[in-house]
Amino acid sequence: MSVEIKNQSNHIDESHSHPKPMTYFKVAMALVILTALEILVFYFDWLGYGIIPVLAFLSIAKFAIVVMYYMHLKFDSKLFTYVFLAGLILAAVVILWLMALFGWFV
Amino acid sequence: MSDETTTGLSHRKLLIWVFLGSDCMFFASLIGTYLIYKGSGVLHPGPADVFDIPTTSVSTFVLLMSSMSMVFAYAYLVRDDIKAFRIWMFSTMIMGSTFLGFQVFEFSEFYFHDDLSPQTNLFGTTFYALTGTHGLHVTIGVIWLGIIFYSSLFRNTVTSKTNLDLDLAALYWHFVDIVWIVIFAVVYLFGTFTGFPSS
Repeated sequence: MSVEIKNQSNHIDESHSHPKPMTYFKVAMALVILTALEILVFYFDWLGYGIIPVLAFLSIAKFAIVVMYYMHLKFDSKLFTYVFLAGLILAAVVILWLMALFGWFV
Repeated sequence: MSDETTTGLSHRKLLIWVFLGSDCMFFASLIGTYLIYKGSGVLHPGPADVFDIPTTSVSTFVLLMSSMSMVFAYAYLVRDDIKAFRIWMFSTMIMGSTFLGFQVFEFSEFYFHDDLSPQTNLFGTTFYALTGTHGLHVTIGVIWLGIIFYSSLFRNTVTSKTNLDLDLAALYWHFVDIVWIVIFAVVYLFGTFTGFPSS
């Protein structure tokens, strides 16, 4: 019952659980490996247009890892996620729309 | 924290997330403009003539490590280990400054060695506008972290109870990092890849 009352309170709670430094270190190593993979595939000329989905996947993975773990969206209120995602989705639409307008997909 | 809000969340933290969401759109307009104009100029140099991927990879690594250093600083502040917090804060500032040093070096190489200025062609205009804006964000981040570091050293006002101040600065710092993740892939790697059938 006391937990319920605490949750209904409007007091700001900044004490949400964050990962330990070792988790942060593991995340950093994952980012280093993904970056190394990006640079490695850059030298694979035989990939041709196949490099686009590969680079897109690696970049999105790095982006998501930083946002989830370093920016704590995985552990924070979902409202922060929605606010940020709204801007991010609009940003992606802006880029794709500009590219479409200038004939990138024809 | 004695503040009360209707959501139970810090208004300052919500505000920084709204700002970061809007900054995504700002960078999207710059990235989109770069993509559509980079190949439309008739004058050289182009991306493949000037970019040095190994050097940019090192600066990318430095910025990624600064993000790790930043979360360590935050983690130690929350645990009230002020000495460790200061060490990691200082290292974050050093790595941020190193990244800026790489950018100054890159810009001067392009400008003086490769004859690429913002007026040379559309690639130059959009490239300097995009990476220059990112560099400005990094500079603001380093100054912000510097103010917090100064407050911790000489005013002793940074403690685990005031960790929200550092949390906001850290969010901004990581945002600068994720923007660079996109720029590095889209502008540098994608822009100079030689394996496309037409290249």
